Amino acid sequence: MFVELNNLLNTTPDRAEQGKLTLLCDAKTDGSFLVHHFLSFYLKANCKVCFVALFQSFSHYNIVGQKLGVNLTVARERGQLVFLEGLKSAVDVFFQTQEEPHPLQFLREANAGNLKPLFEFVREALKPVDGGEARWTYPVLLVDDLSVLLSLGVGAVAVLDFIHYCRATVCWELKGNMVILVHDSGDVEDEENNILLNGVSHQSHLILRAEGLATGFCRDVHGQLRILWRRPSQPTAQRDQSLTYQYKIQDKSVSFFAKGMSPAVL
Amino acid sequence: MLDSLLSLGGLVLLRDSVEWEGRSLLKALVKKSALCGEQVHILGCEVSEEEFREGFDSDINNRLVYHDFFRDPLNWSKTEEALPGGPLGALRAICKRTDPGPVTIALDSLSWLLLHLPCTTLCQALHAVSHQDSCPGDSSPVGKVSVLGLLHEELHGPGPVGALSSLAQTEVTLGGTKGQASAHILCRRPRQRPTDQTQWFSILPDFSLDLQEGPSVESQPCSDPHIPPVDPTTHLTFNLHLSKKEREARDSLILPFQFSSEK
Repeated sequence: MFVELNNLLNTTPDRAEQGKLTLLCDAKTDGSFLVHHFLSFYLKANCKVCFVALFQSFSHYNIVGQKLGVNLTVARERGQLVFLEGLKSAVDVFFQTQEEPHPLQFLREANAGNLKPLFEFVREALKPVDGGEARWTYPVLLVDDLSVLLSLGVGAVAVLDFIHYCRATVCWELKGNMVILVHDSGDVEDEENNILLNGVSHQSHLILRAEGLATGFCRDVHGQLRILWRRPSQPTAQRDQSLTYQYKIQDKSVSFFAKGMSPAVL
Repeated sequence: MLDSLLSLGGLVLLRDSVEWEGRSLLKALVKKSALCGEQVHILGCEVSEEEFREGFDSDINNRLVYHDFFRDPLNWSKTEEALPGGPLGALRAICKRTDPGPVTIALDSLSWLLLHLPCTTLCQALHAVSHQDSCPGDSSPVGKVSVLGLLHEELHGPGPVGALSSLAQTEVTLGGTKGQASAHILCRRPRQRPTDQTQWFSILPDFSLDLQEGPSVESQPCSDPHIPPVDPTTHLTFNLHLSKKEREARDSLILPFQFSSEK
């Protein structure tokens, strides 16, 4: 995890708020560093993590995770991490007979209906284990990324319903957290993606939006991050509603600085 | 005007955005209705009952009837707990109530209903509820019905938003600047011209409304009486004015496209 990002969000693995939905959004840049941050953050917080990984392979997340101090293979083996590798299991839908509906069952259907099988997979993965001591602090659902479901033919409202049910179960019932990545294509014509992005935004407590610089690519400043806090428990929370920082991604860390204050230009 | 929104009855549309959320204002208006002794029904589709009731004291909570469509709105759990008829069924049931007192119905949110129901069905139901004519065979007098609908503007196209807007007696669009929230209120009273006003406000921790003087209280700019209006023709190098003779000649000129007995 990136310590500087924790400082900006005023959080640490041992005192993170529960019952929250965090939306990660990227526009004209790659926001996957935020996914890696939260994956390592919640594994270090000893949470039970269900990762619906539709964008990259397990080994990709594992290699990056090791740079950030977490071993996904070990976490999976000891039951802390439930990993749905979308790229691999999408093929299983077609070539393996399944007793119960596969989480990605919608790929087989002519009209992709709802994502109820995927929700039931998540609920099963994160439900508390009966008996025995609680090994994990609280459950976390991580999705990378939701826009892939639109590309696979699922309607925006069906994806929003899936997020709604996950929020009801993970955030409200189990007092866990959710972290969802949605791409912002910036295309006004892409109505489905805009409905999805705005719909999840309205359900979110925290929005982290990574944007490319308006002036183009830069060697020393890779983008800017806008942090928007929504739905505080008190309507007049004293903290700032919105903050904007620029950042530079390095091999094992990300450094943040105020706009125009990159060390390269000072 | 913000604190008297519900006095007119009918549909009050609260239009919010990601940047300026409207649920706090919705809860403040719900609290106001409850304090006036009205019965308040909440159709909760987006947040849990606990989250909606959070911040209200027990007096207010006792007057709120929460219809839970958050936990299992699409009946995926296939249990008997799902409310029959869905949200519209609950809306019609509220309307068929026997209690003649005034009632406020808060829809949290109209956006959720609009995404899951045909726009025409929703508009017909809202029209029937807010105009109190959904009980044709019921002879008992029905009290004033106010419907508060929270609408997330960015989720819908101009068609559905326009349809809902035309049904609404009052529209409140949330915005703000520099951390201070504002509400642009468009009010349509029967047989009167629509009025609009911008009100700056904040919501206190107990969900009371605190009306404030913001950067601009009036919606129209007023000219400063101390500065005389500048005549734009003072430094021109050509003459824009007409003499009396030139003005008369111009007024008596017959234009080519005008028919007259002389032509």
